[in-house]
Amino acid sequence: MVCEPLRLGTRRGVSVAARVERWLCGFAATRGARPRAAGGGAASAFPPAGRRAGGAGRGLHRERWLGYLFVAPMLLFLLGIIFFPLGHAFVTSLYREAGVTVRFVGLGNYTRLLDDEAFWNSLYVAAMTVVVASLIAVPLAVIIARFRFRGAALIHTLGVIPLVMPPFVGAVAMQLIWGRNGSINLLLNDAFGIRIPFMEGLNGVIFVEALHYFPFILLNLAAALSNIDSAMEESAQNLGARGFTLFSRIVFPLALPGYVAGAALVFVKVFDDLATPLLLNVTNMLAPQAYLKITSVGITDPMGYVISVIMIACSLGAMALSALLLKGRDFATQQRGGGGLARRRLGPWGTLLAGMFVVLTLAVVLSPHIGILLLSLATVWSFAVLPDAYTFAHYVTVYREAGPLIANTVLYCGLAALIDVILGAMLAYVVLRSRLPGRRLVEQVAMSAVAVPGLVLGIGLLRTYYDLTLPFTGESLATFWGMLVIAYAVRRLPYALSAATAALQQLHVSLEEAAENLGAGKLGVLRRIVVPLMAGGLLAGFVTSFATAAVELSATLLLVAKAPDAPLSYGIYVYMQSAAGRGPGAALGVIAVVIVAVATYLAYRLAERERGRKSRELF
Amino acid sequence: MPGVRIEQVSFRYGDTPVLADIDLSIEKGEFFAFLGPSGSGKTTLLRLIAGFGRPATGRILIGDRDVTALPPWSRNVGMVFQNYALWPHMTVAKNVAFGLERRRLPRAQIAARVHEALALVGLTEFAERRPAQLSGGQQQRVALARTLVIEPDVLLLDEPLSNLDAKLRGEMRAELKALQRKLGITAIYVTHDQEEANAIADRMAVLDAGRIQQVGAPAELYDRPANRFVATFLGSTNLIEGRIADGCFIADDFALKGIDGPPGPVCISVRPQDISIGADPATVAAAVTGREFLGGYIRYRARTSHREFIVDVAHRRDAESYDVGAAVGLGLDARRIAVLRA
Repeated sequence: MVCEPLRLGTRRGVSVAARVERWLCGFAATRGARPRAAGGGAASAFPPAGRRAGGAGRGLHRERWLGYLFVAPMLLFLLGIIFFPLGHAFVTSLYREAGVTVRFVGLGNYTRLLDDEAFWNSLYVAAMTVVVASLIAVPLAVIIARFRFRGAALIHTLGVIPLVMPPFVGAVAMQLIWGRNGSINLLLNDAFGIRIPFMEGLNGVIFVEALHYFPFILLNLAAALSNIDSAMEESAQNLGARGFTLFSRIVFPLALPGYVAGAALVFVKVFDDLATPLLLNVTNMLAPQAYLKITSVGITDPMGYVISVIMIACSLGAMALSALLLKGRDFATQQRGGGGLARRRLGPWGTLLAGMFVVLTLAVVLSPHIGILLLSLATVWSFAVLPDAYTFAHYVTVYREAGPLIANTVLYCGLAALIDVILGAMLAYVVLRSRLPGRRLVEQVAMSAVAVPGLVLGIGLLRTYYDLTLPFTGESLATFWGMLVIAYAVRRLPYALSAATAALQQLHVSLEEAAENLGAGKLGVLRRIVVPLMAGGLLAGFVTSFATAAVELSATLLLVAKAPDAPLSYGIYVYMQSAAGRGPGAALGVIAVVIVAVATYLAYRLAERERGRKSRELF
Repeated sequence: MPGVRIEQVSFRYGDTPVLADIDLSIEKGEFFAFLGPSGSGKTTLLRLIAGFGRPATGRILIGDRDVTALPPWSRNVGMVFQNYALWPHMTVAKNVAFGLERRRLPRAQIAARVHEALALVGLTEFAERRPAQLSGGQQQRVALARTLVIEPDVLLLDEPLSNLDAKLRGEMRAELKALQRKLGITAIYVTHDQEEANAIADRMAVLDAGRIQQVGAPAELYDRPANRFVATFLGSTNLIEGRIADGCFIADDFALKGIDGPPGPVCISVRPQDISIGADPATVAAAVTGREFLGGYIRYRARTSHREFIVDVAHRRDAESYDVGAAVGLGLDARRIAVLRA
C-alpha cells in the first residue's frame, strides 16, 4: 500500500481513485460516488431487450451464456489470487513448528502477538497519524468550505500534491530536512539551542505518513461540509445560535460522517504501510515484522501469517467501525434543495491567520518533494542545512543504470492495467446490462480487493505458490515476474472496475437497443457500439491503474526475487538503503513522481472530457 | 404580538437590484402573504425580516423595535424553511428544544414547553424519532413546532407547503391558519401559488420585479387589480385596450357606458365569469371559436371583429350551451370592470 493519486473531488465529478477510496469507507458524500448498491439500480431499470421482448427465448439463453463467460475469468482471478492465498495464510497462522513436527495451536500464535510491542506500536502510529493529519486537514477543510478565501486554489493544490509521491520516496529526504541533524534542527539549534525530535523512531513514521495521507481527511471533510444545506445553518441562527455553538451543535455533527470516513481511511492505510517504516529503520511495527519474519526466518514461520491476518482484521475492523458510526447518518443525501453553506468573508486578521496557516502547511507538505529534488541534485548533503554543491551526476547514473527498472515497470504495470481494464469492462457490462444472479456479489468482492494490504497479498501469494515451479526454467511460480503483474492487477482492479462502471452508466441502453433493432447480435453490439463508446473511460481506468501500480512497493518487496526482474519502486527502495545510493535513488524518485503526476492528470482530463462529451451529445 | 413595518427598503445582490422601495405595514395578529412569481424578490424580503442579509436602504421594525442592524440570532422571529431544515442528527425533541436551550431556560421548563409544542402539532409520540423517520407532513409539523416553541414575535413561512403533495397541502393549509388564529401570532407567508395565498391570507402583497404591485385583501385584489400584472397573475382575465371619453369606455369594436376616470387611453380588465353570453347579438357581436367543458363551468372563446374574449359560464345539468361557430352576443357590465393604472 503505497500511493494513491487522487484528485480533489468537485461536485461535478470525482476521479476514479477517489471513487474507489470512498467506496472503501462506504461514504457517499458526493452523490453517485459509490457503485450502486446490490439490487435495484440501473440494471433492473433497463432489462435486456431479449427478455423484455417476451419470455425465455434464444436471446436470454445466449445472454446467460455470455454473462457466465464474462464473469468466469474474474471469478477465477479473485479465487486464485485473493481468496485461496489469504485462506492459506490463515490456516498457516494456526500452526506452530515444534522441532521437526508442525503442531496445531489454534489461536495460540495470536495471543503471543498481544504481548508484542510491534502490535501496539502499529496501533499507536496509525492513531497518532490520524490525529496529526486531522490537525492539518480540519482547519484547511473549514477554510475551503466556510470562508471566501483567495488562497482556496492553493489549498486545492495542497490536497493533491502529497498523493503523487509515495511516502517511502520522501522518507529519506524527510530525514535530511527534519531529522536530528537535518536542516530544520540545525537552524533551530543555531538560533535557540534546541532540537525537536520530529523524526525520532515512531515520530518519524507518524510525521511522514501524516503529511502524505492528510488529503484523505481534507477531501472527505471538505466534501461533507460543502454538501450541508445552508438552511440547516440558517434555521439554527434563526433560533438564536451563532459562533461556536452553531459550529459545534449543527455544522460539525453534520460533517462528521465525512471526517470519520477520511480518518478511517488514513488509519487503515498507515496501519498497512510497509515501506515507510522500513526506510526509516523502524522495524518494531507489524508490517516490517511480518516482512522480516518471512524474508529472514522463512516462509514457514507462522508469525508473518498471524500478522497478515491481524492486519486484515484491523483494516476490516476500522472500516466496519466507521460504517457503524455512519449508519443512518449519511446526511448529505437526505437533504433536499438549498445550496451549500454560506461562505463568509474573512476579516483582515482572519485572512492573515488563514494565509499564514496555509503557507506554513504548504511549506511543510512540500518539504519531502523539495527534499527529494535537492537530494537528487546534491553532491553531498549531510550535517548541513542545504547540500554542499549541486550536480546532474545522479541523473546520469540513473540514465545508465535504471533503464531495465523503468522498462520492467512499464511492462508489469502496463500488463496489469490491461488485465484490469479487460476484466473490469467485462464485469461492468454484466453488472449493468444483465440479470445474472450473483453479479452484484462478484462486483463487491472485486471492489474489496482494495482493502487487502499489498504486504498481505504478497505473503499469501508467496506461501501458496512458492512450491509450484514453472516448466523448463524451474523457477518458483511465486517469484516469477508474471506473479508481480497479477498481484498489481488484483490490487488495482477496483480502479479499473469503477472507471468501467462509470463509463457504462453514462451510456444509455437505447444506443445498444437501436443496434440490436437493426440486426446486430450481442457480440456485434459490444464490438461496434459499447467498446468504442466506453473507450475514453476505460483509458482513464488504465492510466489510473498504471500510475498507482508504478509506485506499489509492499507486494513488490516480497515477490521480487532477483535484480533483473525489479521494477522502478524496488529500485528506489534498494538505492535508498545505502548512503551512496541516495542520490540516484532520489533521481529515480523524481522520475517516478513525474510519471505518476502526469498520468494522474491525464486520467483526470480524460474522465472529465468523456463526461462532458457524453452529457452534451446524449442527454 | 407586534406588527411589522418595512420602510423604504431596497436590496441588491452585487450590482443586481432585487428589491426596490418596499413600504409595507403588517398589522399585529395578521396573516399576511407575499405573492409573486419566482424571482420577484418575495423570499428575499422574508429573509431580510429574519436578518439573513442587510437592506441597502431603509428600516425594518418589529413593533417599535428597529431590527435592521440586528443579527438573525437576536431578532426573535421564527422562520419555517422551505425544505424544513430539520437537523438530521438530532431527534424531534432535540430539534424542538434547540431554540429554548439557546435561550438558557431551565431544563424542566424546556421539557414542558417541548411537550406542549409537540402536542400543539399533534406529534407527542414522535418525540424520540429522527427527522428521516417522519413523513413530509410530519416533518413540516416538527419545523413548525420548533419555530413556535420559542414564542417568536413574528412567524415567517417560506413556501412551507411546496414540498407536500396536493391533498396534504390543502389539509396543512387549513391547519396552519387555525393554529395562527389560536395563537394570535403575526404571520408572513411566502408563496407563488395564488390559490394558496387567497385561501390563507388576511391580506397580501403582490410582488413583481422587486417591487410591490398592490396590497390588499385577496378578494379585493382579485376584483380590483391595480395593474396588468396583478390582473393577469391572479387568475384569467380579458385585457382590453381603449380610451375613456365622457364617462364612456371606447374600444375598437364596442363602447361601454358608466366608466369613470380621466379621459385618455386606458386598459380595462374583465374576468371571464363577469361576461355574459347569450343568443342576442345586439350587445357585442361575436362568434364562438372554442368551447372547453371544465366540469363546474364551460370556457368559451368568442371572437369579435378585433379580439378574442374568454367567457366562463357556470355549468348546470342539461343547461343550454353554444357550439363552435354559433353567433352570440357578449354582455359586459360596467360595475364589474377594473380600470388599470398601467
